[in-house]
Amino acid sequence: MRRLRQWGPGLLLLSPSLILLAVFVYGLIAWTTKVSVSDEHNALGSKGFVGLENYTKLFTDDINDRFTHSLKNLLIFTVVFLVGAMFFGLLWAFLLERGVRGEGFFRTVYLFPMAVSFVASGVVWRWLMNPNTGENAGGLNAVFGALGLDFLENKWWTNPNWGMAAMAMPAIWQLSGYVMALFLAGFRGIPQELREAAAMDGASTYRLYRNVIFPQLTPVALSALIILGHMSMKMFDLIMSVSGPQWLTEVPAVYVWQTLLTSDYAKAAAISIILLLLVAVVIVPYLIYTNRAEKNA
Amino acid sequence: MTAVAAPQQALEQLKPRTKPRRAFGPGSIVKYALVLLFLIIVLMPMYVLIVTSFKSGSDIGVTSQWNLPETWTLKSWEKAWDSLHASFIRTFELAVPVALISSVIGAANGFVLSRWRFPGADLVFTLILFGMFIPYQAVMIPLRDIVTTIGIPPGIPTLVFVHCVYGIPICTLIFRNYYATTVPEELVEAARVDGAGLLRTFGWIILPISIPGFVVTVIWQFTSAWNDYLFAIFLSNTRNGPITIALNALAGAQSPDYAASMAGALITSLPTLVVYVLLGRWFIGGLMAGSVKS
Repeated sequence: MRRLRQWGPGLLLLSPSLILLAVFVYGLIAWTTKVSVSDEHNALGSKGFVGLENYTKLFTDDINDRFTHSLKNLLIFTVVFLVGAMFFGLLWAFLLERGVRGEGFFRTVYLFPMAVSFVASGVVWRWLMNPNTGENAGGLNAVFGALGLDFLENKWWTNPNWGMAAMAMPAIWQLSGYVMALFLAGFRGIPQELREAAAMDGASTYRLYRNVIFPQLTPVALSALIILGHMSMKMFDLIMSVSGPQWLTEVPAVYVWQTLLTSDYAKAAAISIILLLLVAVVIVPYLIYTNRAEKNA
Repeated sequence: MTAVAAPQQALEQLKPRTKPRRAFGPGSIVKYALVLLFLIIVLMPMYVLIVTSFKSGSDIGVTSQWNLPETWTLKSWEKAWDSLHASFIRTFELAVPVALISSVIGAANGFVLSRWRFPGADLVFTLILFGMFIPYQAVMIPLRDIVTTIGIPPGIPTLVFVHCVYGIPICTLIFRNYYATTVPEELVEAARVDGAGLLRTFGWIILPISIPGFVVTVIWQFTSAWNDYLFAIFLSNTRNGPITIALNALAGAQSPDYAASMAGALITSLPTLVVYVLLGRWFIGGLMAGSVKS
């Protein structure tokens, strides 16, 4: 009875949320999983059980290998996006960390793209990545032309092989500032004594960063990679806005939407669950790791 | 520093501890050249948006794309506002309730989880957090059916509901960290000794000192609801949906009017940009608190 008095009110406050999440996160995931092993391929929905057939078909029997193509697109996008955003984020944080007058202003500007939606920034990026070259060049290609850097002019996301690398540019623009903020907090969390001690030992600036500061930033880099990585796998708004749904730039998240338009619920569900598993592989170990780190703190 | 740092300390973490060195050498010339170059690159899309939005449809030749408008005109802004104003208002009706409701839920959950160490609390918290990282496609197919079955009207009411539900994890996280780091145990203990129960402690002692947490979650949820496209496209349409859907319809046509599209993109971004400029430090708080809902 005492326990109930002690815990009852807490439970009362917490339980509506727990029930909502149990239903709307875990319950609906279970439901989607059930659809993914059924043969509900149209609005009529005969709901027979077909095992993993929808999954295996995606890898072995999809028209033009559409699903593996979307995974390949996602891979190129993710690699370019992660490398780019980590590079610029770290570089900006490093520059500001070295001491720049008006730092607050630079920080604010570098971070502002985070406040804009992909749908809005997609409008301008579609314009910047105008695929015309030479005389008719527009957007970034026109800038390259004017600077005498014609060899840089390219077809951006309309290139059938490497278009997804161009598609990563708006994402890098949008999220480098976020990575910068994480790294800047990391730099400034390093105790001043550590730097002083290194200076006393006669360490050069290069050695100070190489052996003292950068190793301290590993947890920050890991957080940044995981947060960007999981965002990348879910990338949808940006692609819908820059290119619209189309073969060249299709990723699994867009494929789900396209498949739902044809009422093939079972197939859409199977792709969604694969997407969920991809994200879970990255996020679950991270959550466990953060949980442990917090306990040890 | 993990991704679950206390948000309201975020800006303090970013600030320099020592004054910038004043010496000017070749190194600092390179440094300033680089920060200015990146400043220009980051602002370049903004330049294009603003300049193009003041052109009229005929003023947009490919070769003059980067030029200032020959004649500055508000025609494209008018055209964009015509097709966006209804959804602009609807998006306020979406984002404001979402921000308020989510924050209250988050405060209650965060308080309980920061004080109440029941068996399995860590597991429950981890299960809650997982909800903010999932790709929402994995719930979208049954979600459509279930909101109809419960009887929530389509359009904005449905979107308010789903944003509140899927906003629970991030708001809980922000408040839990806020309470864990800024509310001293003694305060809660003193209230308990005075005979206040958990609910009364929360209502009279904790809520009044929770303003900083509320500012962070309100801004965070407002921004994510305002910028959301995924839930919007699955659960609404151009007639009853938010502005991202309307903008995509305006800008995504086969041969879009670039001037009007860009004016539209600016109109769409204005509220979140205003929030960012005025309340930037709190905006960063939400970012640093955890992650990114998109």
